Amino acid sequence: MSTSHVLLGLLAAGPRHGYELKRAHDERLPCARPLAFGQVYATLARLCRDGLVATAGQTREGGPDRTSYALTDDGRATLDHWLGTVEPPMPYVASTLFAKVAVALLVADVNQARAYLIAQRRAHTQRLRELTALKTAPAARIDEVVAADFAIAHLDADLRWLHTTLDRVTDWHREVRS
Amino acid sequence: MTFLQARGVVRAYGHTPALRGVTLDVSEGEIVAVTGPSGCGKSTLLHCLAGILRPDAGQVTWRGERIDTWSEAARSRLRRTEFGVLLQFGQLVAELTAAENVALPLLLAGTGRRAARTAALAWLDRLGVADVADARPGEMSGGQQQRCALSRALVTEPRVIFADEPTGALDTLAGEQVLTQLVRLAREQNTTVVLVTHEPRIAAYADREVSLRDGMIDHTGLGLDPALPGGSR
Repeated sequence: MSTSHVLLGLLAAGPRHGYELKRAHDERLPCARPLAFGQVYATLARLCRDGLVATAGQTREGGPDRTSYALTDDGRATLDHWLGTVEPPMPYVASTLFAKVAVALLVADVNQARAYLIAQRRAHTQRLRELTALKTAPAARIDEVVAADFAIAHLDADLRWLHTTLDRVTDWHREVRS
Repeated sequence: MTFLQARGVVRAYGHTPALRGVTLDVSEGEIVAVTGPSGCGKSTLLHCLAGILRPDAGQVTWRGERIDTWSEAARSRLRRTEFGVLLQFGQLVAELTAAENVALPLLLAGTGRRAARTAALAWLDRLGVADVADARPGEMSGGQQQRCALSRALVTEPRVIFADEPTGALDTLAGEQVLTQLVRLAREQNTTVVLVTHEPRIAAYADREVSLRDGMIDHTGLGLDPALPGGSR
C-alpha cells in the first residue's frame, strides 16, 4: 500500500502534524497495520523533499512544539493522479499460499502439501470468524464493517482456492514429479 | 440428554447414497453450519434432522426421543411447533400477503386470527419489513421475501431453525442482513440453528462448522471442530 499517497489524502482537508496524521490514518483505515510514528515522519520528510508537502508552522498544545504539514499544488496533482489511476488487476499470481504449495510439491510429498493446505484452511476459517464477529457486533462502525468486508471477501476467495486445490493436489503432484 | 442428534444416519435416493452413516450432536442454543460441496449430503442431513425425511438406517433424536420412527402427522406437528424451516427461496404462498404468510403457522396451530395477525406484524416489524405487510410476494424484493420467510420461521418461537442455503438467492448485502438477523434473534432467544451452506463466509456466522464429504463427516479439516476461538459466540 502507498503510505505516501494516503498521507497526501489525509492532508487534503488542511494542515496537520505528524501525530494527527497517524491518528487519522489508523481511524480511517481500521484493521490496517497501525502506522509507526517513525514511518510517518520519514514519509513526510520524503514528501517535503519532493515538494509534495510543505511545512506550515509550529503548534504547541501543552507539549513540545509540533510541525504542521500542508499539501502543495504538486502534492494535490500527485494525489489526484493516484486516485484516478486504475490498479492493475492481479498482474502476477504472487501469493505466499500458492508459492508454498508449489514448493512443497517440489521438495516434499503430496501429504505435506495437503497438510499445509488443511492447516491453512483452518487458520483462514478462524480469521474469517473473527472478522465476521467484528463486523456484526452491534457497536461496529461503518468503516470497520467496510474494512472487514474487504478482508472477508479475500479470505473467502482464498478458502475457495484452498478447497479446490485440495481436490487437485494429487494430480498436480503427479505432473510435477512426472 | 442430548438436544438434537443424528446417529449413524444413512439415506439414499434410489440407488444413489446421500448419507452414509452421519453422527452429529447439536446442543441447545448452538449455531452449527453444515458445509461441503454440492451433492455431499448436507441438505439431506438437514431434512433428516428436521423430520422432513426419514433415514433408511440410523436414528434421529430430539430431546432424547427418537423422532425418525414417528408418524408423518407427529413429525409434521413437531415441525409446526418446535422447528422452523427457512429455505433458499423463501417459498412464501404467492396468493397471501406477507402478514398472512407469517401468520399461517400460528393459524395452523389454532391461534385466533386477530392474535396471529398481531404476532405476524410484530415479527415483520422486528425484521424491518413492516412496510410490506400487506404486499404479496410478487411485489417484494428477494431480500424482503426472505425476511418475511424468516419471520414466518420465527413466529412460533421454535426451539430449532433449520436454514438451507438461506442467502443463496440473495445479493451479498441482502444475504448479510438476513443472516445477521437470524443469528442475532437466535442468540437472543437461545434458539438452535442448523445452517446449510457451501459458502465459507456464511459458515463463519456459526459457532461450529461440520463439513460433509460424500455423505460422511469430513474429519480431515473442519469436520466436527469445536467452536474456534474468536468465533462469533
